[in-house]
This record gives sequence, C-alpha cells and structure tokens, in this order.
Amino acid sequence: MPPLRLLFLLCSVLATAGLTGCGADPINAREGAREKIFLINNKAEPRFLDLQRCNSVTEHHIMLSLYQGLVSEDRNSDKDVEPGMAEKWEANADKSVWTFHLQKNAKWSDGAPFTAQDFVWSYRRMLRKELGAQYAEMLYLLKNGLPLYEGKVKEEELGARAIDDATLELTLVGPTPHFPLIACHTSWWPVPRHVIEKYGGIYDVMNPWTDEDKLVGNGPFKLKRYLFRQYLQVERNPHYWDAANVKLDGVRFYSIDDDAVEERLFRRGQLHATYSTPLSRIPDYLKNHPDIVSNYTNCASWYFRVNTTRPALSDVRVRRALAFALDRKSIIDNVLRARQQPAAGMVPPMEGYTQVKEFSFDLPQAKRLLAEAGFPAGNGFPKFNILISKNEASRQIAEAVQAMWRQNLGISVGVTQQDFSVYLTSQQKLDYDICWAGWNADYFDPATFIDMWMTDGGNNETGWSNKDFDQLLADAKQCADAQERLGILTKAEGILMRDTPVLPLYFGTRTRLIHPAVKHWPQRLLDNPVWYHLDLVYPPPASSMDAELNRN
Amino acid sequence: MLRFTLNRLTQSIVVILVVFSITFFMIRLAPGDPFASPKAMPPDVRKVLVERYGLDKPLAVQYFTTMGSYLKGDLLPSMSYQGMWNSKIIKDAFPISLIIGLSALGVALGLGLPAGIIAAVRKNTWLDYGPMSLALIGICLPTFVMGPILIAIFGLKWRLFNVAGWFEKTDWVLPAVTMGLIYAAYIARMTRGGMLEVLNQDYIRTARAKGVPGWRVVLVHALRGGLLPVVAFLGPALAGIATGSFIIEKIFNLPGLGQHFVASVFNRDYSLILATVVLYAVLLVVVNFLTDLLVAWINPKVRLS
Amino acid sequence: MSTAVIPATLAPVIRPGRSLWQDAWARLRKNHLAVACGLVLIAVVLICFIGPRLSPWNPEVTNLALKASPPGTMETLADGSMAKHWFGTDTLGRDLLTRIMRGGQVSLMVGLVATSVALLIGVAYGATAGYLGGRTDAVMMRFVDVLYALPFMIFVILLTTMFGKSMLLMYMAIGAVEWLTMSRIVRAQVQGLARQEFVEAARSLGLSTAVILFRHIIPNVLGPVIVYATLTVPAVMLLEAALSFLGLGVQPPDSSWGTLIDDGATNMETSPWLLIYPAAFFSITLFCLNFVGDGLRDALDVRGGKD
Repeated sequence: MPPLRLLFLLCSVLATAGLTGCGADPINAREGAREKIFLINNKAEPRFLDLQRCNSVTEHHIMLSLYQGLVSEDRNSDKDVEPGMAEKWEANADKSVWTFHLQKNAKWSDGAPFTAQDFVWSYRRMLRKELGAQYAEMLYLLKNGLPLYEGKVKEEELGARAIDDATLELTLVGPTPHFPLIACHTSWWPVPRHVIEKYGGIYDVMNPWTDEDKLVGNGPFKLKRYLFRQYLQVERNPHYWDAANVKLDGVRFYSIDDDAVEERLFRRGQLHATYSTPLSRIPDYLKNHPDIVSNYTNCASWYFRVNTTRPALSDVRVRRALAFALDRKSIIDNVLRARQQPAAGMVPPMEGYTQVKEFSFDLPQAKRLLAEAGFPAGNGFPKFNILISKNEASRQIAEAVQAMWRQNLGISVGVTQQDFSVYLTSQQKLDYDICWAGWNADYFDPATFIDMWMTDGGNNETGWSNKDFDQLLADAKQCADAQERLGILTKAEGILMRDTPVLPLYFGTRTRLIHPAVKHWPQRLLDNPVWYHLDLVYPPPASSMDAELNRN
Repeated sequence: MLRFTLNRLTQSIVVILVVFSITFFMIRLAPGDPFASPKAMPPDVRKVLVERYGLDKPLAVQYFTTMGSYLKGDLLPSMSYQGMWNSKIIKDAFPISLIIGLSALGVALGLGLPAGIIAAVRKNTWLDYGPMSLALIGICLPTFVMGPILIAIFGLKWRLFNVAGWFEKTDWVLPAVTMGLIYAAYIARMTRGGMLEVLNQDYIRTARAKGVPGWRVVLVHALRGGLLPVVAFLGPALAGIATGSFIIEKIFNLPGLGQHFVASVFNRDYSLILATVVLYAVLLVVVNFLTDLLVAWINPKVRLS
Repeated sequence: MSTAVIPATLAPVIRPGRSLWQDAWARLRKNHLAVACGLVLIAVVLICFIGPRLSPWNPEVTNLALKASPPGTMETLADGSMAKHWFGTDTLGRDLLTRIMRGGQVSLMVGLVATSVALLIGVAYGATAGYLGGRTDAVMMRFVDVLYALPFMIFVILLTTMFGKSMLLMYMAIGAVEWLTMSRIVRAQVQGLARQEFVEAARSLGLSTAVILFRHIIPNVLGPVIVYATLTVPAVMLLEAALSFLGLGVQPPDSSWGTLIDDGATNMETSPWLLIYPAAFFSITLFCLNFVGDGLRDALDVRGGKD
C-alpha cells in the first residue's frame, strides 16, 4: 500500500525533523539576564548594514550598538549630548567652526587604530553620488558639502580636516549653535576605510564588507551573528574606548513585524523588550502592569496629508473644516488609548520651541467653513477616499475619522487600503485624496518636522507650495541665534497650519513592554536605546507579571 | 513510461520558462519598486541603486541577462536587502518550510485518512458525524485563529512549547499541527467522499461476494480508488505546503520561504520574487508529475500518454 | 443484472418519467439532516439580507465612547429610546450583530458566486482534458500548472492598480484561482471513466463529445465535485478577507465574515465576543452547507440507492 508506505516515510521524516528542527542557540529572558544578552524586538529586517546607507529606525537601533559618532545623545536628556568618540570639543565665536578631540584609546573593533582621518574619509565617501546615501544631505552642513556632492569642488576642499590623528576640525556653512545635537545622527559617524577598501569598491553596494565575518565598527559592540529573518546578534567589543563601562555582553535583535507575536513572546519570557504593544492590549497593560509597560512620548507627529490638487480639497476652507471636525481626544481616549497627545499643530512639544496651536475640535467652526466653501451641511461635496496601508491602528483611525466626517459634516468618505509599496507610490504620485501618515524626528529639532513641507520637498507629497514658507526656512538656516531661529520656525509652522495641507491628529507615544530584569531603559523623546549604558539584573526583581515571566 | 517521463520533462521545462517570463514582466507592471521607503529617496540615490541592479537597461535586455544568470545557476542578489543572495536565502529558508510542511502533511494524512475511511465505512452513524464535524471545525477555523488558540493553550498556559521562533528541537510541533489540522480536515472530507464513491462499485461487491475480509476490501480494494480525489488535491497542495505558509510562518515567526515570498512581493524585490516563484514552479511540476504517476497506478484505466 | 450497474444517464431509458434530478430530489427529501440544514441555511440567508433593515442600528455609525462593549450593552438611540446590542459592539462602538448580518451579505455572495465560477470552469475544463486525453490533455494541464505557479498576490495588486477596487474584480480574481484544483480533481476522475463501457456505448451511438461529457460523464463525477465545492466555499470566504487587505474586496467601513473574524482574532483575548459570534455564523453556515452537500452527494449517487 503506497499510501501507507508514504505515511511511514513521512513519520520517519517527522522523526528526523524533530532531531534537526533547530536553528540556533535557545535562549530566554531569564537566561539572557544571567548571561547579559539583551533580547529585543527590532520590528523589521535591516535593509542595509552599511552605516552610511542606513535610512530606517530599525537600522539606526542596530547601528547604535555597532558604531559611535563624535558625540552621543545624552543618556538622560534630549537636549544634551555626551562624549562619544570625541572626549571634548569646542567651537569658534559664531559657532561655525567646531574642533573635536578624539578619545586617547580610540580603536576599531578589529584593533586597528582609529584616527581623525577616518572621519574625514567617511564624510568624503558619504558625499559621493556613486555611494547613493539617502542622508547625504545631512552633510551639506559642512562647508563645500553640497558642491562636493555635485562634483564641483575637490575632496580636499570639504570643510572637514584632520589637524592631527586625534583632532578633527569641521567648518560648517554657517553658524550652527545646535551642531552637537545634529552630529548625533548616523550620517556623521565614521566607517572603517581599511575594511571597505579591502573587500571591494568603496562605493559598491555589493561590497561584502558588511558580512557577518567582515564587518568592523567602533561602537560598544561588534557583529557576532546574522541570521536573516531570525535575528542579528552583537557581542562586546573589547576595543571600544569605554569597554570597561559597557555592562551588557551582547544584544540580540529580532525582526518580528507582528505585534501580537512579539507580545506572546514577551509573555512566554522570550524577550526583554518589545517594539510596541498590540492596540487591544494596551489598556490592560497600562492598568494592571504599569511596572512592565514603558509608555512615553517619542517625538513623532501623526497626521493626514491632503492632496491639494484635488477638487474641493484644493480649497483651504475645506481643509480647515476637515481639521476642525476631528475629535482628537476621543480618538486617543477610545481608539488608541496609549496616552498620546492631541496635535493642534505639526511640531510636537520641544523645549524652547513655541508650538503653533491652530486646531481644536470645533464643530460650529468646521460647519461654517464648509458652508463658506459652498458645501452647506456637506451638500454636493464630492466623495473622496482616505488612503491607508495595511495596519491595525491605521484602519481603526481611518474608520473613526471617516465616521466623524460623515456624522459631523455630512460628507461621504471612503477608506482605501493599499499594500505598503503601492501606498508609498500613490503618495509620491499624488494619486490619493487624503492619506494617513506619520513622521519620526530624525534629530531633536523642530526643523525635522517643518523642512519636509518645502516646495517640491521629497516628503511634501501634497502639492502644496508657499513662497513665504520657503523663504522663512531659508532664513532659519542662516540664523546664528538659536532662539531667533526657533522663532522663525514657529512662523513657518504658522503658515503651514493656516494653509493646512496637513491635518494634524496626535503626537505619538511608544508603548513597549520591558522585562523587570532591564535596568536603565531610557525614556527620552528620541526613542534610541543607549546600549553602552543598559544593564540586565539577575535574578530579575519581582514584578506584577512574575507568574508569567518567571516560569519556564 | 520512459517516453512519458521524457515528454513530461520537456513540457515541464516549457511550463517553468513560461512562468519565469510572465512573472518577470508581471512584477514590473506593479507600482512601486525595490527601493521604496517612507522617507522620499532623492533621485540621485535612486539612480545609483537602479544602475547597480541594471534596472535602467531596456526590459528585454534585463530579461535575457536574468535568464542567462538563471541558466548558469545564479539566482542574483536580493534587491531590497544589501548583501543577501537569493540562493542563500532560499538555501536557509527552504529546509525550514520543508520540515514544517512535511510534518504538517504527516499530521494531515495521519488524522485525515483514518477519519475519512471510518466515516465512509460507517456512513450516517456517530463514527461518521463525529469525525466529520471535527473536520468541519478544522475547516471553519482559519489558521490565524487556530494558531493563536494552540499557542495560548500549549505555549502560554501549559508552557510546553515556545510560542514562536526557530530555536529548540520542538519548535516545529505547533506550526506543523496548526497547518496539519486544516489539511487533515480537507483530506478527511475528501477521503470520505472518494470512498463512498467507490464502496458501491461492482468490483467491491465482487470482492465482498468472494469472501474477502471486510477490512481488506476497504483498505486494499476500495482505498485505491477512493484516494483519487485526495491525490489530485494533494498534488498542487504539496508544492504549496513545502514552500511554506506565510500565515503560519508569521504567527510562529519562522524564517521560512513563505515569509520571504510575501515580504519580497511587498518590497517589490524583483529578483527574490522571481527566485521563489521559479522554485515553486519547479516543485509544482515535479509534484504534479508524481501525482499523475500515482493516479495512473491507482486507476489502471488511466493510461499514461 | 441489478440496476446498480446501469450508469446514471441511462436510467431514464429504463424508468421513463423520473430523471436523475427528480430521483435525487426525492432521495434528498428523505434525508432529514440535510433538509434541516437546508432550512437553517435559508434562515441564515434571510437573517443576513433582511436583518439589517429590522435592526435599530446602523452598522456604519460609530460610538467611540462605547468601544468594544460586551453583548447585552444598552445604548440610547437618536430618538431617545434604549436599544440593546445583542452581540455587543466592536472596537469603534458599532453594533456587532448588524455588522455580522451586513458582512454575511458579502460573504454569502462571494461564497456563491466565486464557488460557482470555480465549479463551472473547473468541471468543464477538467472533464474535457480528462476525456480527450493525449496531447490536448497535456497542453491543458500544463496551462493549469502555469496558472498555479504564477504569484497570485502580484496578480491581485496589478488588478487593483489597473482597475481600482470593485467587487466584480474580486469574484474574478477568486474564481481565477479556485477552479484550478477543481479541474485536477475532475480530470483524475474522468480519466478513468472515459474508458468505461457506458461511455464506449454512448460513443458508438454517435453522440457528440459535448453530449457525452455533459450528459454521461459529468453526472458520474458529481460526488467528489460536490464535496470539493463545499470545501471551496470557506476557502473563498477567507480568501476574500485576505484580498481586502490588499485593497480588493470589501473596504472599511463595510465588513465581511472574513474581515470580522480577522478583527476578532486580534481582539481574541480582550473581547472574545468579537471572534465568537462572527465565527459562529461562519461555522454554522458551513456546517449546514456541508451536510446539505453530503445529502446531495448521496442523493445523486445512483449506485448506492439503499443502505
């Protein structure tokens, strides 16, 4: 009987599968705490391990363990920096020339000497079109940065100079009082010239220098193992300048995209930190496990883009009516429930910056504006669609807003879901009516939320353009006085909000589940783990989830 | 038999070639490209990547160079993940999907066949209604419900298994059972149907009349014909089972082929899509060839042509 | 010679006045389980199509403050009277029962239309290939292989971007994949039948291929076809949910059983009723459909008249 024989065959395959069915070392949160290996979900797979090509939060969090810039974000505060590869630094009077003094014992993770020339070489590499670095524009701040990128000047003319092996001088295009904060961004970090040149072309995407056995960095950790779609693990870098003060022996980054899956892993004691928390479980965690859940604002703005080239939506009164008809508080309290803040403007709260508070939930105002635009009680308003990508929270928000506009303004709204790639393409091609989107701060400065709306800015994607707004942004870039500069940015945001190509909804929070064994998890606005400072305690202290987390 | 095999081989090569060609052009029609990211990419940056992967050349040129590489056995690098080669991705992921898939098939056949046979033999008794109702529950509970339920019981409550991941020797059990239960339900119902079709045929009556023992009639004579629909169903299903189920791999966070395929479609990772589709096509023609042989063996009236 | 050896389609010749279908109908009526299930099915259809009109709730109107409330929650209507949410509300405070009924309209339609499409194409195609055999069969089945191997997701993405979203497209997309397995099953059955005596007889009578196929061969393979068709229904209903997330199929605020079950699965631990009720409707429908299918199969099985 072949079917039966087939069955036996399968059973034997099953048995073999049972013996070989494992891919990697098993480890759970308790063991991890004992061995000082931090287990974190990092949400997605890194697309690039070449530091200078990185463009996502996922990659950024991995890079924070493998590399270090001149200065690092302060472990406790958002508006300060602490020494990184530079032990001290100073600027000239107008803050346009900065001098950094490198750590005495700076080395690459393979033991090779680390010098100021490494920074200079890295900046020159980053500013070459052949490399194709998405964040190259960050380095336009260097004198001759943009001309070098455009091939108009020689490499030597770039405003980055090694005075000696331990001293780096950066000449900027203008006065930049907040430069140290900007220099925390990955685009200002160094890459290992000696390794890149050894394995292939300097600018070649296919250069294998980022392979598991080749990658060299200067951060607190070095790459140990990379199993695609399983995890990426880093281990202690003994050559790190401050290795003695690094507490962890390793970090394992998982790439789990589904928040239900990571939450189950956490509950089973297989993770130290999740990336997020499923929408439906947030209230329960906030209420019953406040010691486990880590909920903090994270400097992100969530909003609807409006395609200002569409009929009806091209009328600013219509756009303002839509913005006034959003009951932000109700959506936060009833749908999102993670203590987000209602957004009256585009820029989240940042110290020293005066936010524009343009919109509140104001139905009479919304109805009046809609009537003025020629659509009293929504009569004759053309049907339009809200574009979202497939995501639980997006869908709930879109459906809630859809109902609000229909029930409050009497206009008919549809919701269109698209797969992420199509969703991005539709926005770029202005092939949408209204689109749900969010923006995370690249660095701690309001400009990161305002620059993007410049005329023809790559991330504008609304068809909106305003000359005064563009002029204010240009002014801000030339302004030496920090306070005055922030004032200009507030003015620019005011114009943006008055024209309303974007309907702000809320300022985001992060809601992560953190294992009780974890010490020093940062709760800053920029959600970047400070890997050299984090610690794990063994045995884990008591918590409200011991019944689940301490059983194995 | 040899002629049949040779014929099928030629046909199969044509099938794979057609699948390769259609897929190659179809993915280029879809909006988006492998380099899309939420933060707009400056045109210069895009240009570097587009040129590096040869996407700036005429489509026909790309088609023939890609085919040339495939003929040399080079599946090209992934376009969305720097430094990842498709052949390595598949080499790492395929065994995992295969282990899960074959175990699932074992579960499916082990539960489905006996249930279906008993139900057919004891038609309209509780031995029929019982297993068939269970099978129906299996069909009504989609994997994305069944998986989390099994995890909640065996992973979170009883702590017998990990809830996700591919680390320990037992990590294949829950995914295989989840996947297997659904197929078991299908197989049980189709076996029952096929068996009923056969049990009343003359040759079965003849066998019974000749005094062949009841169980022998059922297992030796009837099962042969009764399995026809199951075999026809399992052929293509097998290729799907072996290349991994996206939902199962997602729920259990397994680094299998299913996840790679779906991710590659969402990323518009042209080269990885092509590699996985071609692999699937190869498996499919092989499995279909085998099932055709099996059908001919089961049913002597079918001649291989 | 017992009647059992007379092929189904020759029965009318011997017992004039009662066709295969009349025979089957008579037998089906005697199968109490099948009849009861049939009645339940009709009830489900009526509930889904008439229910929303009788319900005091609009399935699209949200009440965010209510969130996901358990079954039995009361809410004040616009006219001031109180009404009950029998099955509770979903995460946006919409009445679940009304949403299930509305979703049922979509799912039942998808189940019916897509399965019929798959059934028609699959049976005709598979029977033709199996009957003709030889080179025609080879070409036809290799074509099926090609369709199997092509990535369905990309096909769907292409459909949505080229033609926008529409229910018709969704039926087409689902029908286009689901007939493949059906055709393989039918072909495997027909291959054997094609060389049986009654087919030879029909051929020697000079009947055309089409007549032989549709009158003499297909009725003999209806058993497995019905079984597989009843298995196709849940598959297409769930496939519809998957397509909805790619932008084809129902779009919010509309729902279908598939999308409701998917929602329910995400809220399983906090609001189990969101999973239980839609899943119950889905399961009851499929249970009944299967028992009706089994009854139909038995009724059409001319060989196994009395057991």
